[in-house]
Amino acid sequence: MKHCRHELVLAGAWLALAAGISLVNPAFLSLANLFDLLKAGVVTGILALAVLIVLVSGGIDISFTAIAAFAMYASCRVLVAAGSTDGAVAGMLLATAIGAGLGMVNALFIGALRLPTLIVTLGTAGLFRGCLLAFVGTGIINNLPAGLIRLSRWQLFRQTSAGGETIGLSAAVLALAAVAVGVAVLLQRTVTGRSIHALGGSAGAAERIGIRTVRLQCFIYTVVGALAGLAGILHAITMRNANPFDLVGAELTVIAAVVLGGADVFGGRGTVTGTLLGVFLLVTLNNSLILLGVPTYWQRVWIGAIILISVAVSARNRRAAASPREEAPAIGTPSQ
Amino acid sequence: MAVRPSTPAPGDGLPGPSETGFIAIRDAVKSFGAVRALDGVSLGFAPGQIRCLAGENGCGKSTLIKVLSGVLRPDAGRITIDGVPYQRLRPLQAIRLGIQVIYQDFALFPNLSVAENLALPGLIEARRFQLRPAALRPAAEAALARLGVRLDPERRVGELSVAHQQLVAIARALRQQARLLILDEPTTALTHHEVQSLFATLRDLRCQGVSVLLVTHKTREVLAIADAITVMRNGRIVAQGSGADFDADALASALTGSEVGRTLPAPAPIPAPAAEPRLETGGLCSGAAVRDASLRLAPGEILGLAGLLGAGRTALASALFGLRRIDSGEVRIDGAPVAIEAPGDAIQAGLAYVPEDRLSEGLFLPRSIEHNLAVASLSARRPRRATLDRRGMRRLADDAVAAFGIRTPSVLPPVHTLSGGNQQKVLLARWLATDARVLILNRPTAGVDIGAREDIHARMRRLAAGGLSVLLISDELPELVALAHRVAVMHRGRIAGELAGDAVTEAALAAWLDRLA
Repeated sequence: MKHCRHELVLAGAWLALAAGISLVNPAFLSLANLFDLLKAGVVTGILALAVLIVLVSGGIDISFTAIAAFAMYASCRVLVAAGSTDGAVAGMLLATAIGAGLGMVNALFIGALRLPTLIVTLGTAGLFRGCLLAFVGTGIINNLPAGLIRLSRWQLFRQTSAGGETIGLSAAVLALAAVAVGVAVLLQRTVTGRSIHALGGSAGAAERIGIRTVRLQCFIYTVVGALAGLAGILHAITMRNANPFDLVGAELTVIAAVVLGGADVFGGRGTVTGTLLGVFLLVTLNNSLILLGVPTYWQRVWIGAIILISVAVSARNRRAAASPREEAPAIGTPSQ
Repeated sequence: MAVRPSTPAPGDGLPGPSETGFIAIRDAVKSFGAVRALDGVSLGFAPGQIRCLAGENGCGKSTLIKVLSGVLRPDAGRITIDGVPYQRLRPLQAIRLGIQVIYQDFALFPNLSVAENLALPGLIEARRFQLRPAALRPAAEAALARLGVRLDPERRVGELSVAHQQLVAIARALRQQARLLILDEPTTALTHHEVQSLFATLRDLRCQGVSVLLVTHKTREVLAIADAITVMRNGRIVAQGSGADFDADALASALTGSEVGRTLPAPAPIPAPAAEPRLETGGLCSGAAVRDASLRLAPGEILGLAGLLGAGRTALASALFGLRRIDSGEVRIDGAPVAIEAPGDAIQAGLAYVPEDRLSEGLFLPRSIEHNLAVASLSARRPRRATLDRRGMRRLADDAVAAFGIRTPSVLPPVHTLSGGNQQKVLLARWLATDARVLILNRPTAGVDIGAREDIHARMRRLAAGGLSVLLISDELPELVALAHRVAVMHRGRIAGELAGDAVTEAALAAWLDRLA
């Protein structure tokens, strides 16, 4: 299968990158650094899986970072205002619910009013962000509820290194793992998921075989919102504060990771494994460039280039697949 | 070869509207604005019968399909299925009751496997949640076996040939217990052999008790396969009967409503041989599709280009018009070599190309008729001025509409509001407005109704008589025989040979193509 090949290429690229960096800086392959990379990939990873669902359905969402920031900041404000002492579970649920709610706003315009996804989410991105800063607040919340702080300290495989340093894997990766499994099952093993593929493959045909496309799109954008909300609160947990100016601007990286992972920007194709590999490759690239002392604005250049190249490649593949029938060398008689 | 079915249609041997049968529509009326698309149509479908619905574009047959499949709600009338009357059907309800339409685009999912394409509708209807890819395989194999097709169910549908995609679409319809299978112009994109194989499949389904409604404008196919024939015109059924009741002339006159002696008149006289060919190619190569193609086209000559699918005809036309790279070889116009690297070069050299797929390659569907008519002339003449000559455009458009008899109230509506035949006329008129000297036509009458087709043919003949050279790519042998002075046969990128004058006959061409296949 083509997908497997693409994923092997990505894995190979990551290994080559890792080998190159560890030559320059052997600390790269230390457990502590790898754990850090995984942790850094959690928020991008969850957002990328959300974007994967939209891309497979043939749409695009660029409001997800605005939703994530809104859900993160608003839920933390609410928890603090309510004087919550724990807030771990409540925070997660609240952020996810707020995200889902904002996703429904996208769903309303896209599904019910049948407007183009790019323009709608461009508009709602501005709307959500503006409302967040205008009505919810602009100040950084540093005194997160104790429950969220406790979550941020929760680590797996905790051990103390020879130098007396404790290292561990942030438990946030559990959330990424759960979302990854969930999205993979949804996309591959459920009728809803295959309907999302079908919608991305041919929207007209989807309608004709009885897929309720409006309802399906509402589902998609609501789920994307919910996942963005979850990613938002995990971001706050990782950073141990809630900054309303965070996350926005990350959409380029996230979309780049998904298309790098082999998702077709024109819809109908994409895998969870590929997406995770794409995320991990980009996170490693970003972090190691910092380690190597490359200025961070170069990251924008890589990411822009990655998006353009990936889109060009998938457009070319698509054109090759749909090559005019007379392009082919003379075909014999079709099977009798 | 196609064999006329000898078994009479059960329950329907007599002319005249019949509305008995397990699915029947009665007195259906549907209006769009002032236009009555369906004006009291009654029709019954019997199991194990192949009924052909013929009619020109705009006669109401698409509306009838849409009403039967629940896409449109009729203004009046009712549909009776197994004795139960319905005011209207909803799309899913129609499917559940066994009415399935195979549209020209098949409505398949190119990115999903054959097995998934076959299973998805059923799973959705059953409101199933889980889907195990492995479990879909046996059912898919069974569904394909019913049609006698061998295909790997794991293959992605987008990788299949058009004919196989069509079979997948039919298999999918049958899996959903289709009892009335409606095929909308199913042979448009098929080769001769694929058409024969499709017809064999349909006859097989007839034996299995499926009722088939074949919507087509190709009279030969109607006569080849129909147990029963229904002809529509202006929203009404104007003729009906068993397959044996019609011959080609009777069908053609029922379709157009006028006496048509022959579907295609005899070819025009051969022009006097000119000293210099208008268009000459020598050893033209383009990729793997065109290999050493040489042809000559005299002024006022119509050269037919026949061949199997994949012979390289479209590639040759694209190369001549600058849409494909010419790797080597020479193109001469009136003796002078021309370098064609882009369509602009070709237009400057006096070439015009009307592509096969007018919808996706030819027309700007949402734009006005006027813009569509004027657009090629704008770039061809390259006026020094940067602004458009609006009055000139309007004049050009009005003249073209009048000259080509394009049926429209004005030049302002978007071109997609026109019927297929009128769209093709717009495309022809657009290119003739560029003062082209060589016109390349790629299957110009595919999907065009008889009336418009005759119009187009007559116009081509007149244009050729006026000195225009025409390169006519066509799969329709009668069209080639009627129009072309010579017919070249292309095979595997080369011109395999040609027939000229009296040697151009349907039988000779068919024999040649069969030898190549």
